[in-house]
Amino acid sequence: MGQITLQRVRKSFGPVNIIKDANLDIENGSFVVFVGPSGCGKTTLLRLIAGLEDVSGGQILIDGRNVVDVPPAKRGLSMVFQSYALYPHMSVRGNIAFGLKMAGLPRPEIERKVEAAAATLNLTPYLDRKPRELSGGQRQRVAIGRAIVREPKAFLFDEPLSNLDAALRVQMRLEVTKLQKQLGTTAVYVTHDQVEAMTMADKIVVLNAGRIEQFGSPIELYERPANLFVAGFIGSPKMNFVPGDAAGEPGAATLGVRPEHLKIGKEGEGWPGTVSVAEHLGSDTFLYVEAGKLGMLTARCIGEFSLKAGDHVWLSPDPARLHRFEKDGSVIRR
Amino acid sequence: MARRVTSRRVWVSTGAAWFFGFVIFLPILWMVLTSFKTELEAFAMPPTFLFFHWTTENYATVQGRSDYVHHALNSIIVAGGSTLLALLIAIPAAWSMAFAPSKRTKDILLWMLSTKMMPSVGVLVPIYLIYRDFGLLDTRGGLVAILCLGNLPIVIWMLFTYFKEIPKDILEAARMDGATIGRELIYVLTPMAIPGLASTLLLNFILAWNEAFWTLNLSTLDAAPLTVFIASYSSPEGLFWAKLSAASTLAIAPIIILGWFTQRQLVRGLTFGAVK
Amino acid sequence: MMKSKEVVLATQQTQVLGRALLIPAVALLFIWMIVPLAMTIYFSTLHYSLLDPGTESFVGLENFRYFLTDPAFLTSLQNTLVLVGSVLAITVLLGTPLALLLDQPVIGRSVVRLMVIAPFFVMPTVSALVWKNLLMHPVSGLFAWGATLLGLTPIDWFTDAPLFAVILIVAWEWLPFATLILLTALQSQDEEQKEAAEMDGASALSTFIYLTLPHLARPITVVILIETIFLLTVFAEIFVTTGGGPGLQTTNIAFLIYSQALIQFDVGNASAGGLVAVVIANIVAFFLVRIIGRNLEA
Repeated sequence: MGQITLQRVRKSFGPVNIIKDANLDIENGSFVVFVGPSGCGKTTLLRLIAGLEDVSGGQILIDGRNVVDVPPAKRGLSMVFQSYALYPHMSVRGNIAFGLKMAGLPRPEIERKVEAAAATLNLTPYLDRKPRELSGGQRQRVAIGRAIVREPKAFLFDEPLSNLDAALRVQMRLEVTKLQKQLGTTAVYVTHDQVEAMTMADKIVVLNAGRIEQFGSPIELYERPANLFVAGFIGSPKMNFVPGDAAGEPGAATLGVRPEHLKIGKEGEGWPGTVSVAEHLGSDTFLYVEAGKLGMLTARCIGEFSLKAGDHVWLSPDPARLHRFEKDGSVIRR
Repeated sequence: MARRVTSRRVWVSTGAAWFFGFVIFLPILWMVLTSFKTELEAFAMPPTFLFFHWTTENYATVQGRSDYVHHALNSIIVAGGSTLLALLIAIPAAWSMAFAPSKRTKDILLWMLSTKMMPSVGVLVPIYLIYRDFGLLDTRGGLVAILCLGNLPIVIWMLFTYFKEIPKDILEAARMDGATIGRELIYVLTPMAIPGLASTLLLNFILAWNEAFWTLNLSTLDAAPLTVFIASYSSPEGLFWAKLSAASTLAIAPIIILGWFTQRQLVRGLTFGAVK
Repeated sequence: MMKSKEVVLATQQTQVLGRALLIPAVALLFIWMIVPLAMTIYFSTLHYSLLDPGTESFVGLENFRYFLTDPAFLTSLQNTLVLVGSVLAITVLLGTPLALLLDQPVIGRSVVRLMVIAPFFVMPTVSALVWKNLLMHPVSGLFAWGATLLGLTPIDWFTDAPLFAVILIVAWEWLPFATLILLTALQSQDEEQKEAAEMDGASALSTFIYLTLPHLARPITVVILIETIFLLTVFAEIFVTTGGGPGLQTTNIAFLIYSQALIQFDVGNASAGGLVAVVIANIVAFFLVRIIGRNLEA
């Protein structure tokens, strides 16, 4: 079991409120990603769950039991750190076994579990090496091995992939997701990378300035962002925002449209503009279009588009995919 | 062309470095040479450098007259004891300052350092009287205690600078892994800090070995370490240069050899966090 | 509920435990500081001589008046400052070029390092004795021989320039320390930075002034701090070589107080002197702590 519930959790350092009233229900077995810009409090929130920081107020329930006064070691969680935090003086075997040793398990059982975890993570040939003799990806696996071997109620990941190069990151992303599904253990994962969030999560928590802006599945966040912040944060390239009156929609303060929902035409309808930069990726073409008082708009077209800087184009938004926002940033539902 | 300039540069810097190194080392070398001379040759003018009658009789005389072994043993006990005691007190304190710091941690550290700046002589009288009244004068225990306290601020400071470099993540990982504080210290922190602990231990052993204020003032014979042993050669026996040299060589030999073997460790320790 | 008495940490407990672990060190140092200090303050207001025990009487600030107006005080204060200042200057000014030299490609560098570091391990009593007799003896010393070789008149160091002789000895003891710290710092300097400067057309001299010197600023402050701590209380070298003389020429504050306490047995006066020394040390410490405090932040 690994049901984690946050009720009105607050954290302040002196007069600074890092976390303001967080309420959250993380279901057993789900993969939840905390995402947000740096300094939004996502890591702090994770450390509060871990018990590495004390809450200033509110309750954290794990399987229904309030754990705010329970030390990290007794919460039954395990954590993968951004720096991996491997014990440099211990072998891979020693690193993975450490938690079990601390729990006082009998030696044969430790041995068996370590072997099993190493096999799962393809670490068997490296069991007797020291962390400094491993590559970044292998260290990452050891850190994960150390987390899974204890069969915790939940895994906590603190930006675990940010020190890896791009190719390895994609591969590890898949492996972590696969492993989590296979084990069925709850996972809470912190990242600043919205692609990671979208690809890995069952549910995403978008944080901004210590506040939970929205909690929902990736598709929900993409299709129905609750406010300007979420709309701007989720999706790449970023959603275009234009002033409502300038776009002929005086009912909304701001109008949002994703680059992939802008149709490009050489003449006719929509918003006129001039291409200022065209990025040709082969599979897609990104157009950065100067559209007068609407500002700079980004359009994403599938396939190769033979447009270049200086060309005049017309952009027409898909009316079903328009997002309308109030002055205060919240979305106008209809 | 370029290569010739480079190799000339190597020869120039090599020559200069060896010259200055030799000049700095000369007093010690001269002392060792003199210790193998007869008293007559020790005074000879012009001095003899290598071609003299080599003899070891000075060493025998020194041991016979002032019991070198006794004083060397005192030095080992006093320097070793005070260093270990200081480490024992300093490790928890340094852990606390590095990993559970408060707003006042820096002030406390600086205050500790400032006690080191208080001249020993300022408290010589009361310490002398306390030691006299408690029968601690000329006892090893008394010297261990005072040298321990004297070096404690430096020990704490050095350990603090080492501990601070250990990533907090790793200790937190141990905590997540269910380690108690004691196990965290034993299984994780201490093994990682061994280089730092070693150089702290070495440096303070050397400082304590060479400490020559409290040892000179608080011990005379029974507990007297080598600093006192050698001071007894100052006058008028100091006129016997060969024996003086032999005694001096004996007094510094253990520590200089230790220092040479561990110099890499030591130099890292010496930088007091000045070099990252 | 916890089964055993093992301490398992929550963060608040970490803080509490942190305080607790700090207590022994702080308490010991506090006692070590305060008890002798209080006794010194008490003694300093007494007429208290070990030569006629039982005659202790309260004399107020008489001891301070006596100590501070004693011409020996100003002389020894001056000697202390000259000693500390000169040794600092010599070790830093010689240590820097020496470190730069050792940072060059040198054949057999490890042996040179051993020779350079050696004086640091020599106990002050030994170095004082060796220098005084084997090297600085006006007739049979190595220096005298060197002087006659060059056709000069040998100097009678401890008669003609006693304080300078002491400074030389102490500087020799501390030169390795300064050199090695600076050398370690040099070796940690970023090579790419130096190469970038070379590409920018900087001469060796301007590389040194604009890159190396700023890089050395921090280790130099550490050298000054640590050396000052030890140099303020130089004792054994004076005790062994000159006994403070001739006259008061090599008496520093530490030795003056020592001679009043354990040679003249005037506890009251020595205590007053001790307090003055503490005040002086605190003035110096105040400035040093500010410098190093800034460095601790970095």
